[in-house]
Amino acid sequence: MNTLLQTRPALAGKRILIGKPGLDGHDIGAKIVALTLRNAGAEVIYTGLRRSPLQIAQVAVDEGVDAVGLSILSGSHKELVADVMTQLRELKAADIKVFVGGTIPAEDQLHLRELGVAAIFTADMPLTDVVRILGERLA
Amino acid sequence: MSSNTIAQDAPELRSINRSGIEVPTSVAASAVHPEGIGAPGAYPFTRGIFPDGYQGRLWTVRQYSGFGTAEESNERYKFLLAKGQTGLSVALDLPTQCGFDPTHPMARPEIGKVGVSLSNLSEAEILFRDLDLSQISTSFTINGTAAIIYAMYLAVADKQNVPRSKLTGTLQNDILKEYVARGTWIFPVRPSMRLIADSILYSNDVSPRFNPISIAGAHVRDAGATAAEEMAYTLANGLAYVEELRARGGDVDKFAKRLSFFFYVHMDFFEEIAKFRAGRRLWARMMKERYGVEDPKAQHFRFGVVCGGSSLVAPQPYNNVVRVAVETMAAVFGGAQSIFTCAFDEAFQIPTEFSAELAVRTQQIIAYESGIGRTVDPLGGSYFLEEHTDRMEEKIMQVMGEIDAYGGVIRAIEDGWIQLRLAERGLERKLDTDSGEHVIVGQNHFKKPNEEIKVGEVFKLDPTIAARALEKFQRVLDTRAQSAVDAALAKLAIAAANDRENVMPYLVDCCHAYATVGEMVACLKQEWGEFKEPVNL
Repeated sequence: MNTLLQTRPALAGKRILIGKPGLDGHDIGAKIVALTLRNAGAEVIYTGLRRSPLQIAQVAVDEGVDAVGLSILSGSHKELVADVMTQLRELKAADIKVFVGGTIPAEDQLHLRELGVAAIFTADMPLTDVVRILGERLA
Repeated sequence: MSSNTIAQDAPELRSINRSGIEVPTSVAASAVHPEGIGAPGAYPFTRGIFPDGYQGRLWTVRQYSGFGTAEESNERYKFLLAKGQTGLSVALDLPTQCGFDPTHPMARPEIGKVGVSLSNLSEAEILFRDLDLSQISTSFTINGTAAIIYAMYLAVADKQNVPRSKLTGTLQNDILKEYVARGTWIFPVRPSMRLIADSILYSNDVSPRFNPISIAGAHVRDAGATAAEEMAYTLANGLAYVEELRARGGDVDKFAKRLSFFFYVHMDFFEEIAKFRAGRRLWARMMKERYGVEDPKAQHFRFGVVCGGSSLVAPQPYNNVVRVAVETMAAVFGGAQSIFTCAFDEAFQIPTEFSAELAVRTQQIIAYESGIGRTVDPLGGSYFLEEHTDRMEEKIMQVMGEIDAYGGVIRAIEDGWIQLRLAERGLERKLDTDSGEHVIVGQNHFKKPNEEIKVGEVFKLDPTIAARALEKFQRVLDTRAQSAVDAALAKLAIAAANDRENVMPYLVDCCHAYATVGEMVACLKQEWGEFKEPVNL
């Protein structure tokens, strides 16, 4: 836990929404990241399972979050991430940063970055890196 | 990194395992109490449920099989059957698992992606076309809509004039772990329990050779639970089903014979072996002491395992071959009835033909070359293993006691208590992995300098599948007799509202009328409502 304490200020004052778009029910990654970001000082809201891209974008706007993290392991990341970003733009909230976690093939990572995704996290990445990178992107 | 620094990377051997049990350096003979162990095939079955172990019957070797549309799967099944395989496994797509028709907006991006779309009977007719259902055993990975998929299977059998009594196969049908770790829940916990009890009781009567439930610990394990917690949650869930079945008039001596279990095996060799031995003994004891079950077959703890899962990693992927071999041996020493070995590349891509074959060969080498399956429970009587089994049993009982103290699994799940506990455990395991305290060779120790790790395609994505599924779906809606559908759904609604009815025959009638999975689920939601997921983190 010491390493987390050292990075605690990294996300102080940030509001972050963790969302599970689509029907994928594997949520342990989303929950681990949510707990980690909270331990790093962020205020974290978790949507729970099976949210539509519109629902997630709406909650993000209503809650005035700085960033939305999307956790997807069903292979539908391209469609779902693009949908959430479109909905955010339509709600005039394109400034909300989007990051993605899950099983994302290398070439799809490139595609998601082109869509404007701020960061992509895979399961093997140390949590301290997740906190550090998010801290940089949300600075 | 030079060879020097590799030599210096010498992680400590932890003396406490992940289940929280102190592992002794040496165990004295006096630690073993033979009277509590019993003989193989005899109560309390510490040493296995059969006196002749694998000499009587080898474990079932399960194989990875791909999916796509019902048509493609049907072709694949015919190919596998022609090669001598007798068991088929069916994976369903997420809309089918969550009870949405392909036309539902939530379904669109997921149609046919992680399994076949079985939206109505016509798709099941395609899936099993020209296959003799009396000759094959079909295993369905399905939970939230398991009762409906089972009803559909019965309807296909009816149409093929195969007596239902001849059907063999397995449904996962374990909703409790869905609320905790896998997420394909639909209804609130209590009506879901009724639906499962209805399907089990109905299956015991009409298809007595069918296994209507496989109570699974694997998913909570993958999410971060320790081996002891995996077994404790699974046994607690098992008992909750037993209670529900008894409350609905089931005879425990009858239905308990058809309960089976499903676990992961990870890398701590003796922890795993002890887990299975302790679980088997605990289950038999609970059946006998709590419910007065006397028939040994109804005391038997039958289980299948998956070797690999989250213990396999992407860096230095060939190391996974070794892991799967170690885990398979643990499963054999633990007395598993069926073994599925993950392919070494599963952590980062769809297994290739090469890696899938290697996974099966691993089991065959252990079965036929190593000789470890010749003698039943060959490690039985080991001072350490028997002592470790006792410690594991205590730990499992301790966790079950904590769940009881909270108010039982049903309440613990409704409140999100188990979910939160599991998330915290997952975080703990992740932090221990990040720090290197939980050693994973190649990932957090003994790393290869500048190794490039590439995640390949993890799901088959055929853009035409969704369009074809929607087209076929519309054709069914256009050609079926709507009045028959409406009548069948109306009867289902009445049965669902009456707690004394079994909904299964009504679901079969709905399937015969070509009602869709989405329609049946919507009808049941009307009566039962939907699960409200606790999101307290």
